[in-house]
Amino acid sequence: MLRFLATRAAVLLPTLLVIITLSFFLMRVAPGGPFDADAQLEPEILENLRAAYDLDRPLVEQYGIYLSRLARGDLGPSISNKDYTVSELIAIGLPVSLELGLTALLIATLLGLPLGIVAAAHQNRWLDHTIGTLAMAGIAVPSLITAPLLTLVFGVMLKVLPVAGWGDGAWENKILPLTALALPQLAVIARLSRGAFLDVRRQNFIRAARARGLPEWRVVLVHALPPTLVPLVSYLAPAVAGVMTGSIVIEQIFGLPGVGRYFVQGALSRDYPLVMGVVIVYATAVLLMNLLADLAYAALDPRIRRGLLAGATT
Amino acid sequence: MTPEGQALVEAAAGLRGESLWRAALGRFSANRAAMAGVLLLVAITAFAFVAPLLSPHDMEANDWERIQIAPTTEQSHWFGTDANGRDLFVRVAAGARVSLAIGLITTLVSVVIGVLYGAIAGYAGGRTDQVMMRIVDVLYALPLFFAIIILVTVFGRNIFLVFLAIGAVEWLTIARIVRGQTLAAKQTEYVEAARSLGAPASRVVLRHIVPNVVGPVIVFSTLLVPTVILVESFLSFLGLGVQEPQTSWGLLISQGTASLDSAPWLLVIPAAFLAATMFAFNFIGDGLRDALDPRDES
Repeated sequence: MLRFLATRAAVLLPTLLVIITLSFFLMRVAPGGPFDADAQLEPEILENLRAAYDLDRPLVEQYGIYLSRLARGDLGPSISNKDYTVSELIAIGLPVSLELGLTALLIATLLGLPLGIVAAAHQNRWLDHTIGTLAMAGIAVPSLITAPLLTLVFGVMLKVLPVAGWGDGAWENKILPLTALALPQLAVIARLSRGAFLDVRRQNFIRAARARGLPEWRVVLVHALPPTLVPLVSYLAPAVAGVMTGSIVIEQIFGLPGVGRYFVQGALSRDYPLVMGVVIVYATAVLLMNLLADLAYAALDPRIRRGLLAGATT
Repeated sequence: MTPEGQALVEAAAGLRGESLWRAALGRFSANRAAMAGVLLLVAITAFAFVAPLLSPHDMEANDWERIQIAPTTEQSHWFGTDANGRDLFVRVAAGARVSLAIGLITTLVSVVIGVLYGAIAGYAGGRTDQVMMRIVDVLYALPLFFAIIILVTVFGRNIFLVFLAIGAVEWLTIARIVRGQTLAAKQTEYVEAARSLGAPASRVVLRHIVPNVVGPVIVFSTLLVPTVILVESFLSFLGLGVQEPQTSWGLLISQGTASLDSAPWLLVIPAAFLAATMFAFNFIGDGLRDALDPRDES
């Protein structure tokens, strides 16, 4: 197990390095620079500014400087937010984005899994069809639509919830963004768990459990639930990516001070260090989630666990 | 030939074999949700092209007398006007053309790249396959949406580059699917037969393998079109995609969100069109999956 973990972790760093290199050079090849917006700069001032951010040096040298700073945990200064370093901005934004994303995923799982199992238990009856239709709606209608519509109904028409803003993390401000973020994930999870549960129910070990006369709740919760979770876990990694992309738009719509907003702002103003910093944080998150998903897989399915061990020892 | 044999031959002559594709088509057209999806999509496409002919307004013309008016029959502003007095009916149609075009062209780009890449990797096998798929793995770890935003920033906010940027990222899954299918197809007799007849690798891949692995790709592409439309909407919403005076559903929704309390129809109408399109493609995709893969009973 440890060996397996070690090999997976060893692949993680080179992957991250490739991502960093790709994003670094892609951004710099682009025409335009971070000081285009400040129109009438004197050439000397522009030179000094560029020198201050090492932008006057050859590209490869800049890359070297960036990597050596990064190795020391320094993401550099933000160009568009003059008084902040990128690390400081991420430290402000990340807790907000993480809280939103993880809470949304948790809600989606806690509601989606039971819904999927209920649908499966009533296969092809009206409850199943209702849940199926709702799930389809959840998948088809993006947060881009649900978020403004939720605001319109609850914020503007009913006036029961704030239209936008973070309100220093007051719960009223979180309800609408969380709902918009969780709905599509909830729908996917409900669908996945319905399919997985139907598959599991046909297996011989479930028949065996029933044959031993176990009560239905025990068959479902103790015997059928763990293998139902396996495909869900493999969905978890892409779900994190989905929630993160979703949160960029959600943060924009509701004006929340998360990392996604800095990313968009950074991309628009060519704030190279800021964009790089956010990409690194997100890529690391996705890679770590993939690793976690592999581990959880092993924990849930003894066959996979044995396969991994066998693979790691040979 | 015996009389019985003769009769059998005559009976067989009256029968026509049903190809797998024909059978799939039969199953598809029996699926009511999928057919509803097709109808909806045809209607939206027709609207996109016919609406400008029906309406007397130009999408960029400002009606300063009627700014932000609600949907009305007056002056044929059937969907109302926006903050600049422009007619929403023709703008939604213009947005539909852009969004649908981006969805279809980008999907086509991804499918071509993904199918060729996956088929070559799978057919070549060995080290070539390893290297090619490792590249895909690394690109996969790059958060997709971020990659697109970086690409769009790099290449400027040109609408055709939006196509390319999204397509350049979305081919990865197709490459994976096709590679897996190719690995399986490589073991089949028809590929062996083609090879033993001396067909060059390019011919084996293009003529024998690709047509046989295309089923799952069709299903995936149908679901890719709405994904791409959505990515474009997200980009335009953030101000990184389609730029004024051109428009797309994402841009219209973004502008509608800005005037949500004073003019909700500017949000609701484009949102309804986008949602309807998403539904249509999802229903069609589901229907195709069931039709092409009848094993799956759930």
